[in-house]
Amino acid sequence: MAVIHDVMPAFELFQPPTVDDAVRLLGQYREDAWVMAGGLDTFDWLKDRIKRPKVVVDLSQVRELSGIREANGGLEIGATTTLTEVVRHPVIRGKYGILSTGAEAAASPQIRNQGTIGGNVSQDTRCWYYRAGWPCYRAGGNTCFADTPTAINREHAILGADRCVAVNPSDSAPALIALDAKFVIRTPKGERVVDAEDYFIGPGTDITRMNILRPGDLLTAIRLPADWAGAKFYFEKVRDRNVWDFPLMNVASAMVITGGKIERIRLAVNAAAARPLRLAAVEDAVRGKEPNAATGEIAGRLAVQGARPLRFNAYKIPLMRNLVKRAIGGVEQAAWA
Amino acid sequence: MSNNVPANKYNKYKLIGKNYTTPDLYAKVTGRSKYAEDYRADGMLFCKLLLSPMPHARVRSIDARAALAMPGVKAILTADELPPPADSINDNGTVILANKRGDRGLTREPLYQGDPILAVAAVDEVTAADAIEKIRLDLEPLPFVVDPLVSLRPGGPNARTDGNVWVRGAQPPATPGRPPAVVPPDVAVLKWTEADFAEAKEGRLPMGKATDEWTVGDLEAGFKDAALVMDETFVTPNSSHQCLETRTAMAYWQNGKVFVHSGAQSTAQAVPAIARWLGISPDNVVFISEYTGGGFGSKITGAISLIIPALLAKKTNMPVMMRISREEEHYIGRGRPGFHGRMKVGFSKEGRITALDMFVICDNGPYDQVGDAASSGRIVSLLYQPLAMRWRAVTVLTNTPPRSAQSSPGGMQGIALMEPLMAKAARKLGIDQVAIRRINAPEGKAKFGPLIAGKQAYATSAFLKEALDRGSEMFKWDERKALPKRSGTTARGVGVSSSCYVGGSIGFDGLFVIKPDGRLYIQSGIGNLGTESVHDVHRVVAELVGVPWEKCEITWGNSAKNLPWACPSGGSQTTHAMTRAAHAVAMDARKKLQEIAARDLGGKPDDYEVANERVVRKGGGPGMSLAQAAKRAIQLGGIYDGHELPKDINKFTVASATALAGQGLLAVAKDSYPRDGVTHSYVATFAEVEVDLETGQYRIVDFLAYADVGTVIHPNALGGQILGRSILGIGHAIGQKWVYDQHYGLPVAKRFHHTKPPTILDIPQKMQWAAVGIPDPETPIGARGIGEPPVGGGCAAILNALSDALGDEVFRRAPVNADTILASLEAGRPMQEPLTAHI
Repeated sequence: MAVIHDVMPAFELFQPPTVDDAVRLLGQYREDAWVMAGGLDTFDWLKDRIKRPKVVVDLSQVRELSGIREANGGLEIGATTTLTEVVRHPVIRGKYGILSTGAEAAASPQIRNQGTIGGNVSQDTRCWYYRAGWPCYRAGGNTCFADTPTAINREHAILGADRCVAVNPSDSAPALIALDAKFVIRTPKGERVVDAEDYFIGPGTDITRMNILRPGDLLTAIRLPADWAGAKFYFEKVRDRNVWDFPLMNVASAMVITGGKIERIRLAVNAAAARPLRLAAVEDAVRGKEPNAATGEIAGRLAVQGARPLRFNAYKIPLMRNLVKRAIGGVEQAAWA
Repeated sequence: MSNNVPANKYNKYKLIGKNYTTPDLYAKVTGRSKYAEDYRADGMLFCKLLLSPMPHARVRSIDARAALAMPGVKAILTADELPPPADSINDNGTVILANKRGDRGLTREPLYQGDPILAVAAVDEVTAADAIEKIRLDLEPLPFVVDPLVSLRPGGPNARTDGNVWVRGAQPPATPGRPPAVVPPDVAVLKWTEADFAEAKEGRLPMGKATDEWTVGDLEAGFKDAALVMDETFVTPNSSHQCLETRTAMAYWQNGKVFVHSGAQSTAQAVPAIARWLGISPDNVVFISEYTGGGFGSKITGAISLIIPALLAKKTNMPVMMRISREEEHYIGRGRPGFHGRMKVGFSKEGRITALDMFVICDNGPYDQVGDAASSGRIVSLLYQPLAMRWRAVTVLTNTPPRSAQSSPGGMQGIALMEPLMAKAARKLGIDQVAIRRINAPEGKAKFGPLIAGKQAYATSAFLKEALDRGSEMFKWDERKALPKRSGTTARGVGVSSSCYVGGSIGFDGLFVIKPDGRLYIQSGIGNLGTESVHDVHRVVAELVGVPWEKCEITWGNSAKNLPWACPSGGSQTTHAMTRAAHAVAMDARKKLQEIAARDLGGKPDDYEVANERVVRKGGGPGMSLAQAAKRAIQLGGIYDGHELPKDINKFTVASATALAGQGLLAVAKDSYPRDGVTHSYVATFAEVEVDLETGQYRIVDFLAYADVGTVIHPNALGGQILGRSILGIGHAIGQKWVYDQHYGLPVAKRFHHTKPPTILDIPQKMQWAAVGIPDPETPIGARGIGEPPVGGGCAAILNALSDALGDEVFRRAPVNADTILASLEAGRPMQEPLTAHI
């Protein structure tokens, strides 16, 4: 049968008004259901006619899923809160600035007005073979087209590859890991709360998914604990274009400095692997040290240990090394700037 | 006069050179402007395309029974139902024989992934798309190749079953008394030897047998005399035109005429093209295109894909809309061919180019031959005035989307090959970057290109040296180049480039009526593709007939509305060609007004002058208003109201003028002014970049394009063109490209976020333009076109600023991105694969 990558095929659309209704629908339709928040990831798949769900559960009418609330001294962000709302929220800007910066690095103003924080962390990989419908491992096939001698893979993984070399493209995810955020999930069995870094999974765990959500599960909120409010933050995204582009790599760090030394630190990078990586070994290595260029150098070198480049992405190794260095030691600004 | 155009002795006009509000502005900014997709017709069907999934295949069979059985599906159209390719005749009467290997819109032998095989018309798009999925295609896979160098290797695959390169077609015997026909190119097989490819291992472009070449001067002596000889390989990207309006088209038939709504770079010239594609008479074509969302060379006379809805409309006897998606536009929307180039250049110790040996491989795609390779040689020859030059080229067929002219076709690529070498040579010779370009810059009637009948062609004029001088002053070049280049982890660099391209054609018509209400009704056959030349050139008419702009009404965008024959807005022709036509027709009106005045008020026509909406006796005395003259023209008839027409105007204009006859004083004329030389425009471009050495990211902090375009007609539109086209060129330096998996012959980059045209945040933080403003001596108003030159200029200025910041051992191809910069800085040598296409 011929292939056409245009015009959404028909599906049954549900627009539940409450989380309970949404969860019930997801439980009812299981594998046949597709959860849609802002639609940025969804519509690509549907208009390309590659993903063909029978049922789409549109969360746009679930008011309790949207909005930012103070909770337990920290914040709770509803999963369908738009990236723009996250970027502009005064408490996020003031105390969790790294999330504001990370969310603002995503996509374009128009996309951030529509795209949600839950969608940004849950979006599928942008591997161009997989997204174009090539029958790869991640799509249920038995090969990876991005990891062959002729493959074009400058945007692919240098770490954590396991048959699949796709990367996670989220800009808010590393910021949330650095903030030790908790992800709140409604499952058919009840509510479950997981650490941010445990929300994401690599191909070794399940090659067809980017996160722990199973059919019937719904991400409802992201909680920012008070522990890292007002810490020293660093976020940087490197990309080809200054707007509307996925990261070649990004980095996020949160540090608490006491007496000129790093007392506490959380550090994550994304677009280096299929899941955003929390760099726990680097955190351990720099704790107690001064947050300067020398410490950054050590951290950078440690961060890239074990990295394996593909044909076109060897640059990601110095890039990750330098980004980690800067996330700890800062940037040496130009004197003329 | 705008601040961007220094006041000078040539500035003597009331309207020319002044800003004004174009008649289409409010519609554009309020969204009321209607593009092809905005039209609806009663009973309109929608069609969708079935695109080839393979890079090269033969359609063994099509089983559409299940699709056609679906409710709402009305028809299918395949390549078997297309009219055969037809010859055309140009304005000089020369027959241009059809290229049987050209793109016909649909095919039974798809030559690239995305090549349309058939179309389905249905009551709505969902039904049409669902029907496409029900069609069974039996495809026989055929050999394919997406990299021109791979095709040239011994035993390499051919993109077409009959060969892999375009060569000159054999000229058939001439018919006595008629000009020789223009023959299409032929396809041949060309393979280089293993020995030819030996240099590829070192990253140098192999140079086997070329299919085309010319030499001017003594190349060997030039190299012998050189103080410095450089030999550099450089690769430029393939890039889609990315018009914001895709080539959507809607068509219906009424009383034997086809009405087509689509975008085009010429309203007038789309008519004979559509007629030829459909195999019908131009009299039976009505083309409506009030607004076109960009062309850049991809919609010169419209797009051939518009015949699909036209033929489906005929088949179903219903209007048919074909909306083209962004992915489809990536396939059928045309692209600029990438070049593999190798330049060997000899310099005297003063920096003068003594010899230039240029070799280019042009990645043509599978269909009609593009002229980029040939024009690259001519432009490099004009821009750098080498004392001796050889140009060699191969235009290789690949199973990638069809190419067409894209703003500065060949010029941009030639300049991108040459400019980094110029920058490097200046550093080696210890010469200032502006100075080395100045010493090689064309001036006056500068010669260029191959010898034809023993002589080189020459430019009408060139004031590039003035642009370089004034530009370097405005950019404070000397101050900036002396500033430190490194601080912290930031590197800074400044770059300058020279650029030029063809800037005008001749021989088109002007047409307007002065009606008894005293207003000017100006007919414009020019396409409205965003450059504003559709209106701008007619400022000349208002200026010369002495009528306020507010009393001029312009009719454009619908071939049924009696438009004159006009040039297509490509190759930066329009401002030059159509200000000439405007001048000619304004002079025709003045002559007729003088004759009417002399007839009624006595004396000779020369005793009268036309100004301030009147024709009056020179030095005071009797006169009449234009309104009165218009009434008299109707009474007099004959030549005055259009019942008698000049013999030299185009037949298209004859039909329009005939329809308008009797409504007032009808002015109509062909531009038959002499021109000595070939019109070109020029630009000197300056840029400053800052590079983050730890991430490889860079930003353009300052940018100036100083243009030599002759007389400035409309400063705001000119500025839009200079800066807009600079951005198009910058895109080629900073990210725009195609990406292919060569093993499968398939593109992996099809969306904007893959092919990376520059965004608004990628353009320079500070961006300025200016124009020299010296009239071209070979055209009455002195104006030339400017669309093309800033493209090569913008690209090259960024590349040169980058190499100033980073040194000469970082990049050998464009675009230059963070990955290349970082990997090369890390290794201390250029790390990008030097020759692989589409990475």
